[in-house]
Amino acid sequence: MARTPAELAGAHPGASFEITMDGRPVPALPGQSVAAALWSAGILAWRTTRTTGRPRGAFCGIGQCYDCLATINGEPNRRACLVPARPGDVITTQEGHGHARIGV
Amino acid sequence: MPASASDPYDLAVIGAGCAGLAGAVAAAGHGLSVALLDASPQTGGQFYRHPAPALGAARPEALHHDWPAFAALRRRLERSDVRQLSGHHVWAVTKEDGDLWAVHAATGADGADERPVRVRARAVLLATGAYERQLPFPGWTLPGVVGAGGAQAMLKSGLVLPGRRIVVAGSGPLLLAVASSLAAAGAQVPAVIEASGYQGYARHPRVLAANPRKLAEAAVHGAALLRHRVRLRTRSAVTEVHGTDRVSAVTVTRLDRDWRPVRGTGRRIACDALAVGHGLVPQIELATALGCATRTTADGTLALALDGLQETSVRGLWAAGETGGVGGAELARAEGELAGLAAAVRLHGHPVHGGRVRELRRRRDRMRAFAEAMAVSHAPAAGWTGWLTDDTDVCRCEEVTAGRIREAVTDLGARDAHTVKLLTRAGMGWCQGRMCGTAAACLAAGGGAAEPPAERRPFAVPVPLSALASPDEPTGSRPDAAPPVDD
Repeated sequence: MARTPAELAGAHPGASFEITMDGRPVPALPGQSVAAALWSAGILAWRTTRTTGRPRGAFCGIGQCYDCLATINGEPNRRACLVPARPGDVITTQEGHGHARIGV
Repeated sequence: MPASASDPYDLAVIGAGCAGLAGAVAAAGHGLSVALLDASPQTGGQFYRHPAPALGAARPEALHHDWPAFAALRRRLERSDVRQLSGHHVWAVTKEDGDLWAVHAATGADGADERPVRVRARAVLLATGAYERQLPFPGWTLPGVVGAGGAQAMLKSGLVLPGRRIVVAGSGPLLLAVASSLAAAGAQVPAVIEASGYQGYARHPRVLAANPRKLAEAAVHGAALLRHRVRLRTRSAVTEVHGTDRVSAVTVTRLDRDWRPVRGTGRRIACDALAVGHGLVPQIELATALGCATRTTADGTLALALDGLQETSVRGLWAAGETGGVGGAELARAEGELAGLAAAVRLHGHPVHGGRVRELRRRRDRMRAFAEAMAVSHAPAAGWTGWLTDDTDVCRCEEVTAGRIREAVTDLGARDAHTVKLLTRAGMGWCQGRMCGTAAACLAAGGGAAEPPAERRPFAVPVPLSALASPDEPTGSRPDAAPPVDD
């Protein structure tokens, strides 16, 4: 019986690479979205809400709910469940509407 | 393929899931030039969502039910002249001069390298599928609570799980499929919590007898749940999520027939994730923006009203699959083919083989009847609002609580979701009410019958302002990179 999704699907992915989440190195597999890489590292939240500052992460998984918004390589409001992870990606927790740090 | 780059396609198909694929290959097989647009880099839609090639999945079928049906469609697509436009997020469909449709899309993965594309066509087939319907409960915004379909989507595409011990809850047959795939992928699933019972199906014996494949599918999931020791609890709901930074447990409470929680029946189940969903909502905003007529389905969602050959109330605009009411992959394939054939008949001006059309209509009617029985059996009953506390967030984007919505209804006189939205901002955030629309409408109805929220959104997906600034820029009826035409 399969113990992991990769075993179930008979996956033999290419070599994993590194992205960072708030400075912490996180491994990602080629073909995974940013959200999938974070889930595999046990990270479920990468945004705080605009009004009450509560943590959020991926919810609908298909780009409909916008709960998974992340700041990716300095660009806020990107849906982590749709964006493919690329080597060296810098993910930072998005606070509020995501524009405070970039002064917009 | 059109004869030159400035010529429109005969048919633009929006959505490369079961319905769109079947429609595209059927239309192309009858001589139409077809463009197939989809937001995802891969075909398959949500049902046949699968890992990107780089993940090297040798057995993608292990994550799916009835994979051969998809594999066959994909082979036919590869052998066809259908022009595949993947990574195209369609944000609007408009009518152009001379009876042509314009399909407006943005390419790029959500914000990166976005480029506007306009595809012109003589007819459109809308096969945009559905998204998950959510009903809120205390704690449902805590990390670790994910959509049931969302958990399955992330598993199918990214080979990941949201936790090790995952409770599956909500209502509808999707829960069984989600629980069995999570368990097969190595998660512990202590329980599936279904708010309805399954007795509802027994009231439709003829419909059940006519759909043996559906019963076999249910049996496959049932056997998988038994094998993985997953308990199925009906007439129950998760009424509270526990945890500070993330889920540590849920409370499951018995429901009465009206989905009202029964006091004193709560039981705690330890888990580190909860996958939850209450059925699906047809994704129809591209059509409603064009004025297409809708109908209310048996479980209270809005779907497109279609004629016997899948055409909407707007001539030249067809729809298939979940856009016409949620009914599953097999029905979507039949409807997609039917719509593709109907478009070919219209554009060619002569009939295709009538026997195939008759057979497809028979199959569609049979499966639609099953979908109807299923929808009735799992339709949310009004008592679910009894598990909300005043500080439960209903609108996740704008963080509008149930208390504020109730205040808008009782003190300020709101009677519908639209007025609730104006008074509280529920449904006015990023997701444009996709997650909270049903709940806000139920609360606005104050225990009466809720009108399904109108699926009216000017843009179906976020659009860069640059695309709006130059709507008439000749972005090409066909993409720049179109291969040379060989006919």
